[in-house]
Amino acid sequence: MAFRDLFKRIAPRPRADQRADRGLLVFEHTSEVIRAEQILKSAGYAVKVMGPPPEVQKGCDLVVEFPLMEELDILRSLKGAGVAPMEVLPVTGPLLAPVDLFQVKDFGQYLMVRAANMKITVEKNTRVIVNVSGGGCPDVPYIAARLIGCTLDDAPAPRDIGHTLCGYALELAHAEMLRLCSP
Amino acid sequence: MLAIVGTIPDPTVPVLDAPVELADDSLRVFGRVVSPDRGTPALLAAASIACRHLGLPLPHAFLVGDEGLGKGSRTLYRHLTETLPDRSFSSMVFHYLQPDVDWHNKVLLTALSMTPPPTLIADAGFMYAAKMSGQAGEYALFTPDAGELAFLADETAPHPFYTRGFILQDEGRVPELVGRAYVHDNAAACLLVKGNTDYIADRSGILATVTGPSEEAMEAMGGTGDTLTGMACALVEYGLTVAEASYVAAQANRYAGQLAAPTPATQIGELVRHIPAALKRAMDELT
Repeated sequence: MAFRDLFKRIAPRPRADQRADRGLLVFEHTSEVIRAEQILKSAGYAVKVMGPPPEVQKGCDLVVEFPLMEELDILRSLKGAGVAPMEVLPVTGPLLAPVDLFQVKDFGQYLMVRAANMKITVEKNTRVIVNVSGGGCPDVPYIAARLIGCTLDDAPAPRDIGHTLCGYALELAHAEMLRLCSP
Repeated sequence: MLAIVGTIPDPTVPVLDAPVELADDSLRVFGRVVSPDRGTPALLAAASIACRHLGLPLPHAFLVGDEGLGKGSRTLYRHLTETLPDRSFSSMVFHYLQPDVDWHNKVLLTALSMTPPPTLIADAGFMYAAKMSGQAGEYALFTPDAGELAFLADETAPHPFYTRGFILQDEGRVPELVGRAYVHDNAAACLLVKGNTDYIADRSGILATVTGPSEEAMEAMGGTGDTLTGMACALVEYGLTVAEASYVAAQANRYAGQLAAPTPATQIGELVRHIPAALKRAMDELT
């Protein structure tokens, strides 16, 4: 193997932006930023307070950077403490918006809703959740096990038991399913 | 030997680093029964059954409990960086793991330093991290579905949840999105895109498609992508090229689905039990 090839093999070159899996919490006031940082740090999250990028013109002049994958869990913690952010943004694309397109498939006896990479399927007559599919974060199998076999009325909401962005996507699909299956 | 790295949804499970044991329909790792409901256990079951059918050693499993907080994943990432340099695997598949770019890069660096480096396959959360890291090209195979392909094709998206709306999750646009993923170096050397039509592609474009038999209900079933990836891994380990392995796995997954005759309420275990017959048929057709 040529020396240059060997070097390539043992020295991956990550992109300049090493924060691709980070998000920003935008608050209205600096005092909320400080409280949020304290809450999240004491809960063990790897967060830090930073100045916002130029694209973010709303709120105060500080933001909290956090592990984006754990968005659902972090938002639940902040909401519980009464410090909900104004907005949540990915670091790599602060203008990106969460998925808001749903794909609905009618199997006759069953109805499936997909949001981003997550799908939920319900038996129409009984309103029983029969399958959860897709996703890649490790709370998906956990949420699926909790939801499958429950009716839409009895099942916990993914936002209450999930932790990640996949859990968040499933929450959106679940909410859309509730809307579609409402009496 | 094939190694499979992933999580199971029980935070009390410590790192398990052991060969898979397969007896009757029971799958065990380090004495612990692993139920192939969905996620990594479904992949593990499919790969193990396929390896046994192909006359290969059963896979080695690296598992940890993680319910989505990422603690288990990070413990497993650390374990891999500490132990892989002294290990030897011909291929490794990384699956349901908390996407974390820093840890991804450390694990990738460690895997590439193995002698010789294993063939690397990524699916689910680790595929997300591989794309985010900018190191997708180090992998031999990604196995996205349509939503995940849209994420690979969106060079700015940090997760499928933030894939921009103009990149529709429309299976009719798969060839275009495959091209876009390669333009921005966000795809593995080979892609197996799962859907109503399965596409096998590389940087040159679409290599093959698999369209039948078609069981529409499989779209709703959790775990069908996991069984597909599991079989593809086993077939790579068997010696097929990555593209051939992807094609045969896609075909076999459809045959297994046909044998299971699923409804949208069918669970993945019903499909897993048909893997040997399905794989035999797909392999016979290859020769």
